[in-house]
Amino acid sequence: MSATQTHGHAADHHDDHGPAKGITRWLTTTNHKDIGTMYLVFSLVMFLIGGAMALVIRAELFVPGMQLVDPGFFNTMTTVHALIMVFGAVMPATVGLANWMIPLQIGAPDMALPRMNNFSFWLLVAAFSLLILSLFMPGGGPASGWTLYPPLVLQTGDALPLAIFAIHLAGASSIMGAINIIVTIMNLRAPGMTLLKMPLFPWTWLITAYLLIAVMPVFAGAVTMLLTDHFFGTTFFAAAGGGDPVLYQHIFWFFGHPEVYIMILPAFGIVSEIIPTFSRKPLFGYDAMVYATASIAFLSFIVWAHHMFTVGMPLAGEMFFMLSTMLIAVPTGVKVFNWTATMWKGSLSFETPMLFALAFLFLFTIGGFSGLMMAIAPVDFQYHDTYFIVAHFHYVLVPGAVFAIMAAVYYWMPKWTGHMYDTKLANIHFWMSAIFVNVLFFPQHFLGLAGMPRRIPDYSTQFADWNMVSSIGAFGFGLSQLLFVYIIWKCAKGGQKVSAEVWDGARVHGLEWTVPSPAPYHTFDEAPVVK
Amino acid sequence: MKMVKRAFVAGMALFGLASPAMAAWSDVNLRVGVTELSREIYGLHMLILWICVAIAVAVFGVMIYSIATFRKSKGAVPATFDHNTKAEVIWTVIPVLILVGMAIPAARTLVKIDDMRGSELTVKVTGYQWKWQYEYVDHGVSFFSTLARTSDEARQLDSGIRPESVENYLLEVDNPLVVPQGKKVRVLITANDVIHAWWVPDFGMKKDAIPGYINEMWFRADEPGIYRGQCAELCGRDHGFMPVVVEVKSQADFDAWLAAQQAARQAAAAPAAQTAAVVSPVDQVAAVRVAVAE
Repeated sequence: MSATQTHGHAADHHDDHGPAKGITRWLTTTNHKDIGTMYLVFSLVMFLIGGAMALVIRAELFVPGMQLVDPGFFNTMTTVHALIMVFGAVMPATVGLANWMIPLQIGAPDMALPRMNNFSFWLLVAAFSLLILSLFMPGGGPASGWTLYPPLVLQTGDALPLAIFAIHLAGASSIMGAINIIVTIMNLRAPGMTLLKMPLFPWTWLITAYLLIAVMPVFAGAVTMLLTDHFFGTTFFAAAGGGDPVLYQHIFWFFGHPEVYIMILPAFGIVSEIIPTFSRKPLFGYDAMVYATASIAFLSFIVWAHHMFTVGMPLAGEMFFMLSTMLIAVPTGVKVFNWTATMWKGSLSFETPMLFALAFLFLFTIGGFSGLMMAIAPVDFQYHDTYFIVAHFHYVLVPGAVFAIMAAVYYWMPKWTGHMYDTKLANIHFWMSAIFVNVLFFPQHFLGLAGMPRRIPDYSTQFADWNMVSSIGAFGFGLSQLLFVYIIWKCAKGGQKVSAEVWDGARVHGLEWTVPSPAPYHTFDEAPVVK
Repeated sequence: MKMVKRAFVAGMALFGLASPAMAAWSDVNLRVGVTELSREIYGLHMLILWICVAIAVAVFGVMIYSIATFRKSKGAVPATFDHNTKAEVIWTVIPVLILVGMAIPAARTLVKIDDMRGSELTVKVTGYQWKWQYEYVDHGVSFFSTLARTSDEARQLDSGIRPESVENYLLEVDNPLVVPQGKKVRVLITANDVIHAWWVPDFGMKKDAIPGYINEMWFRADEPGIYRGQCAELCGRDHGFMPVVVEVKSQADFDAWLAAQQAARQAAAAPAAQTAAVVSPVDQVAAVRVAVAE
């Protein structure tokens, strides 16, 4: 079970060389660690670009009246902010973590399909180049919301084909990434590591990967139908030609709801790694955690129309989707209870990753409560398309998925770089993020309940106070993230050397803590044996 | 309940220190509204909110207790247990029971919302980029409803007009929908270009206006007054600028208003009929709008 560089030499392997020099290393690499790093850096860049767009939105909404941007450009900002954050920031960040950590956690030498791994990363770069290029097209960028509902989306100018091809490429990249993860997990686990001995992060990613393969083609199909409706005279979604605009929404949300779990399941996995380590206690209810994840994934396929309660579904449809959605609270509750029980009678310490994981635990749960509230169809007739929804999904995505990703970065960065990050700055980053994220999003619950619709560039004066509070939170949160960038840069450059184990007692929590820090370029050339 | 409510408001007020104008409960919560449905929906909302608050107090309480008590810095020695079947069964079954308790009243309200029978007035609402058309289908009256000029001037980029100086900024229209008090009004909702959504928070309901579909919903407003809402489905550049305003009048006032509308319509149509046999609908609408403006 010992680390591998020495083994590699002893066995006289020829592939134990270091990385290539210069830019070639990054263009042609097939190393899971390099590719993981590229994914993570890419997602950080996208997080900053998408965040800048969010600040344009919050700046315009700071006070009532139109001060900064045209309403059309405002719509472009909401649309592209969402597309970038979902497909460019959160998803690639979890893929990057998977690339780095899954081989290390299951004792594999690399991902199973390393060349495809490289290709799926560079496709993503192409995808987002196209998407950002679409902002500069005649007629402006995509402005129909990230859901791209027809007929509105068909009013997009030359940006439409660019955005759709961007989605195709990003989707192809995701599918390849998902295949790679499934093949890796199924074939390259260390001897003795049965599926039910596998850590939770690979587990949640395995399930996520199946979700991706199931729904990305559906989304690709939906946007392709948009493309043919726009350019080739089909009328899939045009009522005048016998088509159906609501059909698009059903297809989109059949993709869109599992997509929500594609973003949050890896976060569940991360939190399930971190809480036991810093509680110095095994994860409570491991089997239940795996089954709960699988149940959530299954349910995600049968709840999609709760995003469309107001389209005028028949009563039976509304009833079914209300009840199936409420059911999700059960496995999600099991997860929250199990994390809490993991801390119970543990020996807790509060390093930065643990702080982020704890913030996740509290704030994701708040997002879960508002989710349960909007599952109630009759009440959702009020909540639907208001800021209450905006508050809900930002609670599950920012202090949910994004905080989990930040927790993972702080948790594993010492393993990647061999240095401890600047703990003082990291704790400041945590507290600023945790406070401002609530200043930013909590008042949006009030705005939505009081009647403010989402996706509006200007609002009635009764909403002025909380919008101002929310905007202040947004700028505070945005600035805090510059600190995050600095901390990462500083940690990559140098810092206090860390041991292989990094965290007190972490060795028992995963194979990644048995390899040296920084993790050598090649690890587990010979598979460790798991008992 | 009132005490709890007051305590909650006070807590929210504390939270809102940054906001000196922190005002009423209605600024942070759903409105009770003025229809049977809106009140039921409000009741459901509060029921589920309080259930969530209760669960949150329990779950967050345990988390906070654990964080405060089982600290390494206090010398806590970790236990080694990693499951407890009894506890796991309990926290799977209890949530299911709570959910069933929520689902029953929710389903009941849902059935009521879906019951369109016995309507006393039918109004057809058509969404356009970016205005609403209201049509009293049995009375031959129809007109458009667009953002009031005062708001429209103030909302232009760098207009120099302070929104606070405009009465009902962005929530005022030229021609509101007028309906009688205490009557079951059935609303047929569709759109002519892209998808919109017609929403009046005080009536508790919103419904999408979709080209090619005719959706329906109903409301019965108990109190006369003016109720304001907005388009709730992104419909393009001026999505934020197509408010919904409904004026609820007593039956007598409504009848008088309707008769005046019909008369104005006939008066506008009569001279036109003398000069041309066929009157285009556009002209009719324009004529009615002039008449209404007077």
